[in-house]
Amino acid sequence: MATKEKNIYWQLFASFFKIGAFTFGGGWAMISIIESEIVDKHHWIEKDDFLDLLAIAQSLPGILAVNIATAVGDKLRGTRGSMLAAAGTILPSFLIILCIAIFLTPDMIKNNRVISSIFMGIRPAVVALIIAPVITSAKAAKLNWKTVWIPCITALMISLDLGYASNPILYIVLGGLGGFSIWALSQRKLKKTKGH
Amino acid sequence: MGIYWKLIWAYIKIGVFGFGGGYAMLSLVEKLVVSDNHWITEQMFTDIVAISQMTPGPIGINSATYIGYVAPGEVNPDLASPIWGILGSVAATLAVTVPSFFLVLYCAHFIRKHQESGAIKAIFEGLRPVVVGLIASAAIMLMNAANFCPNGTDSQLWISIAICAAAFCLVYFPIKTRKRTIKIHPILIICIAGLAGYLIYGL
Repeated sequence: MATKEKNIYWQLFASFFKIGAFTFGGGWAMISIIESEIVDKHHWIEKDDFLDLLAIAQSLPGILAVNIATAVGDKLRGTRGSMLAAAGTILPSFLIILCIAIFLTPDMIKNNRVISSIFMGIRPAVVALIIAPVITSAKAAKLNWKTVWIPCITALMISLDLGYASNPILYIVLGGLGGFSIWALSQRKLKKTKGH
Repeated sequence: MGIYWKLIWAYIKIGVFGFGGGYAMLSLVEKLVVSDNHWITEQMFTDIVAISQMTPGPIGINSATYIGYVAPGEVNPDLASPIWGILGSVAATLAVTVPSFFLVLYCAHFIRKHQESGAIKAIFEGLRPVVVGLIASAAIMLMNAANFCPNGTDSQLWISIAICAAAFCLVYFPIKTRKRTIKIHPILIICIAGLAGYLIYGL
């Protein structure tokens, strides 16, 4: 029994280590792989429970893959399980990037002729890779003429570098507060019309 | 030692306010790490994004580990050794993950209870357009001279614009053949752009 218990901790860590080591592209790309590993292969969690955990992981801030790992680990084996699952997700990319950071130093990128020429080609392409999700997320957010000014103002103010007015945190807080106040106002209206 | 506390504080903020996934988080990283503290240059930041795309794992972890490693040495040359670097990457990586770790453990039942409530839904409804703006701001901040024409020549600017436009088309418009549509993976696009860079500037 004791060995079996130990085993599931180890398996939990190994599963998430594997997920962390082999998925490129972060959270969204990881979801289907986590699902096949956790739900289909190991039968640790029912599919419905997994979708429930996913909804919670998405609504909390932070790194989505780590949030999912924490939630799954917690569901299976409490705090210790969640620590192992989260550590498993983080470790592969931590170790890989650490190796890259040790060998591919900023000075090397700058001073090595071949490497610097490669990166001069890569940088404009990276910008394109970030422009693409702007459009996909704008479509997913179903922006209309009433809401389209919000991303425009947000992007403009943040990129202008105006001190506190350019702090992204300000706009995250304002967005949440804005959504909440519109809801609160509509509730009040609803109460008033009901009162009459 | 102050740099470590600053790193931890910056990455706690990135972890706590990082709504909307990796790309939206980039805007926070660029603001806190590049514009406010100048721990790394604009170019280095772009390079880290490229490296993150080509290595497995979430971009938030990748950036924390790399910046945590580099920042101490950039701020204080005495700290430019692997040991101080590793300490920085451990600190930054833990700082970005620990807050949401505890939020998942201790706020999950609160969220579950109020998931269907109008208030929570409305807050996320309000966040959604902001997230679009966050990603856009990251893209705008990276469209700068350091990334597009470090030589300062017009020809380089045009080459960079061409690479950017071509990369965008490849990633955004899947190639439709008679049998199937081919979506080109971002890693392949970065490889092609790197090869183009080598052929244009390196030979």
